[in-house]
Amino acid sequence: MTVTDLNSADSIDTKVRVSEADFNAGDEIALLQANNQADGAVVTFTGRVRKQNEGQQVTGLFLEHYPAMTALSLNRIVDSARAKWVINKVVVIHRVGQLNLGDNIVFVGVTSAHRGDAFAAAEFIMDYLKIEAPFWKKETRTDGEVWIDARQSDQDKAITW
Amino acid sequence: MLTILFFARLREQLGQTSVQLTITENTTVEQVLTQLIEEHPSWQSPLSSNNILAALNQQMVSKDTVVSAGDELAFFPPVTGG
Repeated sequence: MTVTDLNSADSIDTKVRVSEADFNAGDEIALLQANNQADGAVVTFTGRVRKQNEGQQVTGLFLEHYPAMTALSLNRIVDSARAKWVINKVVVIHRVGQLNLGDNIVFVGVTSAHRGDAFAAAEFIMDYLKIEAPFWKKETRTDGEVWIDARQSDQDKAITW
Repeated sequence: MLTILFFARLREQLGQTSVQLTITENTTVEQVLTQLIEEHPSWQSPLSSNNILAALNQQMVSKDTVVSAGDELAFFPPVTGG
């Protein structure tokens, strides 16, 4: 699986990675804080595979993506966040392939001088990642494999920004 | 020639990862879907879904967008990452 580390054209402080490989949230927080005395706020989110969904027992999760589009899409979402809030360093990591219960799926980290912009930008990035980035989840359940349907609530939430 | 890609549930329903399609000038995404159904009648149901999204050269587009020879057009169900 290709690992994509891209720097946004507008900033050297954006890291976007799409990979089968796991990540360590602590390492990513250290990266966000390294050589960074300007930002008082570091906000991060980690998404993980949970054992229940829609009342069903989940045993695993497969993540498919559109390789040519994913890094472009994630960078566009980060650029949109930068246009809305004053933020500095941004890390977005999304895993693909077969994952097990409790495994990491996604990491979003944002730094800013103040917490308001960092919180808002991190939530915006996650919300748009849910409706615009080309990833699809297929759950393995005790009763078979099921593609996860998109939720209208995710769409409704994202368009409120 | 237009390259068309399918992903996730749609890829499984069609049993295809990609197809090539010969198109005329000023063909829209919607017309591509119509042309695909004409060539593959069994694809009618999955490709007629209102939920199908389209990306042209890796950027989401509406179905009235015009495509050109050499483009990469992808169809997929609503995304569910994150």
